[in-house]
Amino acid sequence: MSNYTNSPCAACKFLRRKCTSDCVFAPYFPPEEPTKFANVHRIFGASNVSKILHEVAPHQREDAVNSLAYEAEARLKDPVYGCVGAISVLQRQVLRLQRELEETNADLMRYASCLGSETTSAYGGRRG
Amino acid sequence: MASSSTNSPCAACKFLRRKCQPECVFAPYFPPDQPQKFANVHKVFGASNVTKLLNELHPSQREDAVNSLAYEADMRLRDPVYGCVGVISLLQHQLRQLQIDLSCAKSELSKYQSLGILAATHQSLGINLLAGAADGTATATVRDHHYHHHQFFPREQMFGGLDVPAGNNYDGGILAIGQITQFQQPRAAAGDDGRRTVDPS
Repeated sequence: MSNYTNSPCAACKFLRRKCTSDCVFAPYFPPEEPTKFANVHRIFGASNVSKILHEVAPHQREDAVNSLAYEAEARLKDPVYGCVGAISVLQRQVLRLQRELEETNADLMRYASCLGSETTSAYGGRRG
Repeated sequence: MASSSTNSPCAACKFLRRKCQPECVFAPYFPPDQPQKFANVHKVFGASNVTKLLNELHPSQREDAVNSLAYEADMRLRDPVYGCVGVISLLQHQLRQLQIDLSCAKSELSKYQSLGILAATHQSLGINLLAGAADGTATATVRDHHYHHHQFFPREQMFGGLDVPAGNNYDGGILAIGQITQFQQPRAAAGDDGRRTVDPS
């Protein structure tokens, strides 16, 4: 933790406050990644992030911070849709592939039944 | 839509217990009959951050921005650890599985197509080539190409493959999750069919 080495975490550096030993941000916002906290602070606000971190179990906080950082970055790149735009694109892709898979499976079924009937006729009544 | 014009404060001003002015930036997007929408957005993003965000956008973009923020806030409240990122991860995983399934299905199909042509050719020549093909093998193969039951993939994969989308690189699309049905197409989009879908969650 950065506060053990007298180096404030990125959050406390940004907020210009003393980084105490129990700083909730310190484990997840190392001083060498200042942009991460800056982005999260800009979109969510430090107090909201702090509340979220306090609501989740300690072993989940790293993932929570990383997902917040991801969303914040997405929102800064696309202020209108943020990461929701990516969800939209992915959903359309999933729907398209599902349709294509259904069509391909339908074709497979058709071939399977055709081969069965052709075999039957080829073998003069042999049951397929 | 400005509720302040009818002396009824918008949901934001009601929540913040302040007078809803005619020029209230929230009023067009947070009607008083949807109090939860603002409550969620306020909880996750904060009123001042939302104000700044909206003020940076053209008025024509603000409705979509508010709706996407409301969606993100809703997802974050349902899943405080992953929020929307969990949905993205799941969709990416689903997509990968579908790509694999489709590739297998097409590979099988090409075999049957070849076999079908061959059979037709040999049949016309009176040659019996399809011994064993009538034992249901094809049907079993088709049955195997079913959708997998997708599960959340392990934590270590959750963030590894995520790409932060650039603002204008979408191929077009309408959001299809939850209660959001009114997004217009992203501005750089060239939607191939403009289809709107709704997926009640």
